[in-house]
Amino acid sequence: MSDITQEIGAAPERGRSLWDDARDRLLANKAAVGSMIVLAVITFLSVVGPMLSPHEFDTVYRDYVRVPASLEAYPRAEQVQPAFEKLAQRARFNIGSYERNGDVVVVKVSSRRAINPKSTRYFDRSDIFKNAQLLDMSDDKKSATLQADINYLHFYFGTDANGRDMMTRTFIAGRVSLTIGLLATAVAIFIGVLYGATSGYLGGRIDQMMMRVVDILYSLPFIFFVIMLVVFFGRNFVLMFIAVGAVEWLDMARIVRGQTLTIKRQEYVQAAEAMGVSDGGIVRRHIIPNTLGPVVVYMTLLVPKVILLESFLSFLGLGVQEPMTSWGVLISEGARNLQGAAWMLIFPSIFLTSTLFALNFIGDGLRDALDPKDR
Amino acid sequence: METKQTVLEIRDLKVNFDTPTGVVPAVRGVDINVKAGETVAIVGESGSGKSQTMMAAMGLLASNGRTEGTVEYGGRNILGLPIRELNKVRGEKITMIFQEPMTSLDPLYTIGRQLAEPMVVHGGLSWKEAKAKALDLLKLVNIPEPERKIKAYPYEMSGGQRQRVMIAMALANDPDVLIADEPTTALDVTTQAQILDLLADLQKRLGMAVIFITHDLGIVRQISDRVYVMKTGEVVESGNTVEIFTNPQHPYTRMLLDAEPTGSKALVPESATPLLEVQKVNVEFVLDSGFLKPANTLRAVNDVSLFLKKGQTLGVVGESGSGKSTLGRAILNLLPATGRVVYNGELITGKSRAQMQKLRRNMQLVFQDPFGSLSPRLTVGQIISEGLLVHEPSLSAKDRDQRACQALEEVSLDPSVRNRYPHEFSGGQRQRIAIARTMVLKPDLVVLDEPTSALDRTIQKQIVELLRELQTAHDLTYLFISHDLAVVRAIADTVMVMKSGQVIEAGPTEDIFQSPQDEYTKKLIGAALFTQNQLKASA
Repeated sequence: MSDITQEIGAAPERGRSLWDDARDRLLANKAAVGSMIVLAVITFLSVVGPMLSPHEFDTVYRDYVRVPASLEAYPRAEQVQPAFEKLAQRARFNIGSYERNGDVVVVKVSSRRAINPKSTRYFDRSDIFKNAQLLDMSDDKKSATLQADINYLHFYFGTDANGRDMMTRTFIAGRVSLTIGLLATAVAIFIGVLYGATSGYLGGRIDQMMMRVVDILYSLPFIFFVIMLVVFFGRNFVLMFIAVGAVEWLDMARIVRGQTLTIKRQEYVQAAEAMGVSDGGIVRRHIIPNTLGPVVVYMTLLVPKVILLESFLSFLGLGVQEPMTSWGVLISEGARNLQGAAWMLIFPSIFLTSTLFALNFIGDGLRDALDPKDR
Repeated sequence: METKQTVLEIRDLKVNFDTPTGVVPAVRGVDINVKAGETVAIVGESGSGKSQTMMAAMGLLASNGRTEGTVEYGGRNILGLPIRELNKVRGEKITMIFQEPMTSLDPLYTIGRQLAEPMVVHGGLSWKEAKAKALDLLKLVNIPEPERKIKAYPYEMSGGQRQRVMIAMALANDPDVLIADEPTTALDVTTQAQILDLLADLQKRLGMAVIFITHDLGIVRQISDRVYVMKTGEVVESGNTVEIFTNPQHPYTRMLLDAEPTGSKALVPESATPLLEVQKVNVEFVLDSGFLKPANTLRAVNDVSLFLKKGQTLGVVGESGSGKSTLGRAILNLLPATGRVVYNGELITGKSRAQMQKLRRNMQLVFQDPFGSLSPRLTVGQIISEGLLVHEPSLSAKDRDQRACQALEEVSLDPSVRNRYPHEFSGGQRQRIAIARTMVLKPDLVVLDEPTSALDRTIQKQIVELLRELQTAHDLTYLFISHDLAVVRAIADTVMVMKSGQVIEAGPTEDIFQSPQDEYTKKLIGAALFTQNQLKASA
């Protein structure tokens, strides 16, 4: 390492902390930086996407059930006339002449009974037409000209089996999955770091007891635990990450305890003890900051793990409930509709896997950055 | 001498390391030549590139190192040879021994097997022949009971014996050149003397050339024929050992020669107030305890008594494992101990942590390792002012900062560095920071546990001077624990010699050094002073 025996200015200068060095090394890692960009884009889309999207995540388009992903707008040219005929039949209209001028359909219709002006609502209610108007009503009110605009809609990711826009749903699902991933990880780290550092630092009998508690919790079947929580507290979004966090902190506690055991033999901890610093002060100022390297790395690996766990729980019906959704739910639906509607699986999968990839690469980069000796 | 043939010649060797912050030159064009059968010493302080020069010559650099120049052995350049070619020379004709005998042996194999394996794999011997040769080698390096030790595992041997095994390994193929990289630095002085004798003896018998890399001029003077003095990657002076020592040309060489800690401390007057009284302190460690068998304990400190007056400096000397550090911690009540420790009229043995809290600010501890004793994630200012947080909680952040600045000034560091982190400082600077941390609380008693052992000689001298200044300025009392007799002699007024947990001899410093009574003390002083006395006489 370089010494700084050279001139030292009068003004107190900020030193470069180990974190600064780690950040520089991380930014030099192309895979990690690329992953951070990918993750940032996905996060941005998840947060802002649903607001910008023309569709609500729970709007059902009955005319567009399971339509494939496409950059072109729906309805397709050949869809318009059959759809119109179907609607006309329902409105008990007979079609005289059908004419399409660009985005407007103009049709001469007649009926055996007097035409009800309100029957335009049959067309307005459909997802394909809007602004339907009856013009040139004949005197006997049995024939008229019906003019309706074609309602163009874009489904870039297609729609699901209920006719909901996949793009909006994927974005909304991202919100849920990322939130659960981050919150559950935060819960796990908060409990785990405090518990592990305390246990490791105090040592002896207290350590033994605290770690036996962890062992007992380890032996609880996770699903059983979640079912119990659901039974007691009902289904709840908050409950999800409490449940996941409450299980995942066990690993964290063990990792931090192991770290603490080595750190507490370091001379700077002994120096603090010799100075009369209290246990709390030592844990807070000396132990925890020095365990954070492995904790940060574990965190980036925990987030994907939690996202997958959530998918698993949702798959079992214990997690997020309709119409709210998460990547796990979307993927399980997509898997059921794989034949004939592959887009339902592909898009959420791309988002989930790129998030997981990105997080793992970032974790890898962080590991290298924080512990350069091990490369 | 002059007619002897050159075996290894290094010409214009440059070593650069690629780091994320740019290229760092470690060696900048070094010329070294070694003749058959002579001992060449390469001296320099840490970071001077002396080890990197030889590592580069052997092709042992870290992966980001690049070399230029030539290293000629037996008429051809071995620098940059493919590994396969290089291995015909390296490890056979040019061998190395390293500083750390603890980690250079594989703990899972017996000594015999580790010695024999390369002979079987590279030398084409059968296992039986190799074992026989291994036994010969162990005899050659004077290992006691070689027949038994050949079946021993590394953990069963002491540091000195392990270093002997490493030397035996290096000698296996009759090398022309033996490179010894600080081979005695991790050893006690008496062991060091034995190893040096062994190396000199082996060289005489086997006629190989030895390149001795060290920072210790005492060793250089004793064993080498010629010296190269290195500083920041360059050879600043080279020549005959006697010439260099009697007539050094380069100011840096003169500084190195002058770096021996000097001065002595007068005894405190009889009338000084007593500060610390330690009576029959014992510390036991439980090595292993089972359900049924009785606990196996090690008595690290055995019935030690001592007495310290205000302003006194007691030097505690002893080899590793003598219990001197344990004694220091027991006095500060950082370890459970039996006996009586009375500090300033107050019995502190058996006090709980909470009860000790108040006394802690008066009794401070400075550690050996300036790299390990500073928390790496705190700034220097935070480290220094931490004690104030505990003992003067009423101080505002600004006042604490002020006090940290004062403490830094006291140890001759610029207060503007207080927002930096420990890894940005050199070893000597870090030790100053560690001292500032204790000084900020204005203590009475400071236990210094080998505070200079990890530092270069020139830095040691500065730290000793700093400690002396602080002592006079604040009327401090020191308990100075060290294995380095030269430093103890310079700083302590009373000395206590410890061996296996017991006090062997104690008394005023000059009495002990001039006329030691006990055999062990004589041996210790003899081993240490053969280098230093000579040095003092010549410098």
